[in-house]
Amino acid sequence: MNTLRLLYTFFRVNVLSETAYRVNFFVQLFQSLLELGTSLAGLAVIFSFTDSLGGWGVDEMLALVGVYFLIGGLISLFIQPGMSALIDSVRDGTLDFMLTKPEDSQLLVSIQRVAIFSIIDLLLGMGVLIAALVRLGGRIGSGEALAFAGTLLAGGIIVYSFWLILASLSFWFVRVENLLEIFRSMYEAGRWPVSLYPGWLRFGLTFIVPVAFATTIPAQALTGRLNGWTFLGAAGLAVVLFILGRLIWRLGLRRYSGASA
Amino acid sequence: MDRIGLDSFRDWVELYRQQFKTTFATMLQYRASLFIWMISSILEPVVYLIVWSTVSSGKGGSVGNYTPGNFAAYYIVFMLVNQVTYTWIMYEYEYRVRQGYLSFALVKPVHPIHSDIADNLSSKVITLPILLLVAGGLALIFHPTADLKPWAILAFIPSLVLAFLVSFLVEWTLALAAFWTTRVSAINQVYFVLMLFLSGQIAPISLFPGWLQTIAAVLPFRYMLGFPVELVLGRLTPLQAVEGLAAQVVWVFLSVGLVRLVWRAAVRVYSAVGT
Repeated sequence: MNTLRLLYTFFRVNVLSETAYRVNFFVQLFQSLLELGTSLAGLAVIFSFTDSLGGWGVDEMLALVGVYFLIGGLISLFIQPGMSALIDSVRDGTLDFMLTKPEDSQLLVSIQRVAIFSIIDLLLGMGVLIAALVRLGGRIGSGEALAFAGTLLAGGIIVYSFWLILASLSFWFVRVENLLEIFRSMYEAGRWPVSLYPGWLRFGLTFIVPVAFATTIPAQALTGRLNGWTFLGAAGLAVVLFILGRLIWRLGLRRYSGASA
Repeated sequence: MDRIGLDSFRDWVELYRQQFKTTFATMLQYRASLFIWMISSILEPVVYLIVWSTVSSGKGGSVGNYTPGNFAAYYIVFMLVNQVTYTWIMYEYEYRVRQGYLSFALVKPVHPIHSDIADNLSSKVITLPILLLVAGGLALIFHPTADLKPWAILAFIPSLVLAFLVSFLVEWTLALAAFWTTRVSAINQVYFVLMLFLSGQIAPISLFPGWLQTIAAVLPFRYMLGFPVELVLGRLTPLQAVEGLAAQVVWVFLSVGLVRLVWRAAVRVYSAVGT
């Protein structure tokens, strides 16, 4: 209950401070629509030459674009702002203010910043997903819907934990922003099903940088082409990474000495 | 705009030499940023290479006159040409104008575009050898095939230089938008979308419908990237090659004029807060 209240409070403060810059909303809306339009036009170009890309039909690719925007929106809505703020505050020593508050510090750090206008990406992602669902029509049963919800949740947790682990490295190293940048540029590859890629690249995008779990696997679940093992693997990885993230966060905190006085 | 101090050719060589030295030292300090930039500049063409090869194999081995091997050659060369012609000047200018650093450039006796060109070229001295190695590796993985012609390879050299000039001059002009607005990221994004579709990045231009090919032939984007790539891979007739080179020359002249015009207007609106 307390957690929810905290979430709400942080959310409200962030919304208040961001809505002071109203033009930003329209700029973000313009940029998001442009990016989505680009994605869809790109698909149109490719599917004017073929009706299947490595076994993915156009509607299934549409679902993938939806998931890509949804998770991308989640990242820029709160994961990236929070984690960038964490890295800055470790360097400046302002993390002290978080640690002295009587709440779980990992939770506070994770929800401290919300780039509220990025919610546009999230909504556009949902819109595209719904459009894809309508077009796929009767092929989605309750099994697929459940598997999709499960893998999407797992994907979200995996991405969050991965970012937390990278950001926590700032307790040991000074410049880790670069690692986050690398993730952002690798995430671009998630626009396409990882099954297209040759083995070495697929391996990298699955196990070194878990892009596949964030985009391809939920889209696979939705279109009913996921086997049980992959589902279990995604769920297992989510649990393992979440625990690992928590562990590394704790270890890092123990190293943190502040920068005051 | 020519405030003076540099009369002879020797002076210009010396100017560029000194700028190279400074930039080289700076670049070696920011290895991590270079590395990140390289990841995305490799990953993107590789992804399109894979997507189009998949389409081509699925269609019995040829799409619009491109076999999977042709696509591999196209995108590997594309990666290299892009490496030669890319600039980051739009981000640089936003930063300079916002922070007031431009004042330093303005009091120097030469046009600031020269230090930017030298800056750009010297960073590529570092990245290009690495990308050539990467290209070699990609060639082993994806087996590129192309119908190479000696005259086309010769014509490629001037077309590459012109491509660099067109892209540098156009983007330098665009970067000056930072003088008027702080929302340059939206402008840049529009530019990159046009680039994606009209430069031959998302697909070779010849795969597009006719009307889109006509638009691409008129605008500068194709002459920054797609044209040199098609040329060196022997996909153009001699006539098309001459037409393309001529279009590149025209765009260089047009953009030089544009740079002078916009720069003069931009400096007039610039003001910095000093200490």
